[in-house]
Amino acid sequence: MKLHASFGIGLALLLGVAHGAAVAEEENPFAEYRAMFGDDNPAELVEMQGEELWNAPGGPKQATLAGCDFGLGAGVIAGAYAQLPRYFADTGKVMDLETRLLHCMETLQGMDVSALRAKPYSDQGQPQTALESLSAYIAAQSRGLPVAVPQTHPMELQSFADGAKFFNLRVGPHDFSCATCHSQNGKRIRLQALPQLNTVEGARTSFGTWPAYRIAQGAVRTIEWRMADCARQQRLPGLVHGSKVAIDLITYLGVQANGAEMTAPGLKR
Amino acid sequence: MNTYRNGSRFVLAALAAAVLAACANTSDTPEAAKAATAETTLADSFQPQGQAGMDRLQQNAMQKICSDYEGKPVPDDLAKQIIDTATAAVRFPKDGKYFGDWKNGEKIAKTGTGLQSNDDPAVPNGGNCYACHQMAAEELAYGTLGLSLAQYGKLRGNSEPIVLYTWTRLWNAHAYNPCSHMPRFGDAGILAEQQLKDVMAYLFDPTSPVNLPAPAP
Repeated sequence: MKLHASFGIGLALLLGVAHGAAVAEEENPFAEYRAMFGDDNPAELVEMQGEELWNAPGGPKQATLAGCDFGLGAGVIAGAYAQLPRYFADTGKVMDLETRLLHCMETLQGMDVSALRAKPYSDQGQPQTALESLSAYIAAQSRGLPVAVPQTHPMELQSFADGAKFFNLRVGPHDFSCATCHSQNGKRIRLQALPQLNTVEGARTSFGTWPAYRIAQGAVRTIEWRMADCARQQRLPGLVHGSKVAIDLITYLGVQANGAEMTAPGLKR
Repeated sequence: MNTYRNGSRFVLAALAAAVLAACANTSDTPEAAKAATAETTLADSFQPQGQAGMDRLQQNAMQKICSDYEGKPVPDDLAKQIIDTATAAVRFPKDGKYFGDWKNGEKIAKTGTGLQSNDDPAVPNGGNCYACHQMAAEELAYGTLGLSLAQYGKLRGNSEPIVLYTWTRLWNAHAYNPCSHMPRFGDAGILAEQQLKDVMAYLFDPTSPVNLPAPAP
């Protein structure tokens, strides 16, 4: 109840900010709004849903995900998200949290994840998908730890290099690359501040905040969602969940952010 | 003598072309192999969605050069190539009229939708000028990736050179600024000719909010 009350006040403040003179504080008109939430982050509800899913037997094998290896050993989730994406010998691929989760649902629980892979994110106003809830829960187990995305296996190095290259790739009718919006310091689109994601400083302010509860969407969104929604705004076709481009970009951002504190699941406008 | 020399040149050129083709076909060179892998990665990483087809991942010459030189100075010869190609393809209004309705222009400047996979293709595209540019003093929600266009016409007048320059800049900014981050609104077909005229009016018309003085604080 407390949560809903503060959300209502927050919304009223947001509308006030959008139409009032407070826009003069243009750097971050949402900061005060965010502060209204105090310690109430709606993402915590989603984390709890994720925890239930994590512990519940599921799929044809009626197995839990407790044996899932995110790189630190079977079932170890404390600190695992801070070290993803990474290379996994059992698949021979660099995988991020979300692809690894789908892999475990498939292999441990025997689930058919094709539907989830095709539609990994919930529609607005709809319940969060299992992937979103589980991502929120597992990400939260790295809260307060430093980002430490590994660069030891040749494929991890390749993933970073390819991510850096894609970052500058100009394509589509608008000629947009990631760099178009994210290669300068202190710039914004309309009133939205843009992180400079080809620098350590910029990546550090951003990477550790995903997944995040997006107030405008009323839902927890994952870092793969962020990549896919940027591709949409770039006027590109759909970025496939778990694709090489998606994972390379996340590696590129994560490696630059190494050392920054994981704060996810965060709270965003 | 001339014939002979031209003939031998032709043979050499044909040989070179054959060698290049062989390399490209078998991905023998590391460069060709890399390019082929990058293309496969793109094809595997995207899927058609709404109006956004896979053809959008095909780069044109300018996009290739500007991707390679993002954040770095573009070599003179490549910059000239981009400028020349852009300049040659600018289409000016056949009726010689450059100014439409600034009120429509304002709408276009404020509209951010168009050509995204979830946009309705039947709805005219926006120009989204305010995403990157300051324009009318009354609009505080402007982006800062581009230069301020406040008082655009008032500061510059409406002489033929500045009108033609502005039209060209909207049509294809690379004609003046190779590897500009600004979309090619005319050249890429983002805005129709009438929409460009409306945006021109929004920039130049003395009664347009762009050219009105800022309200007293």
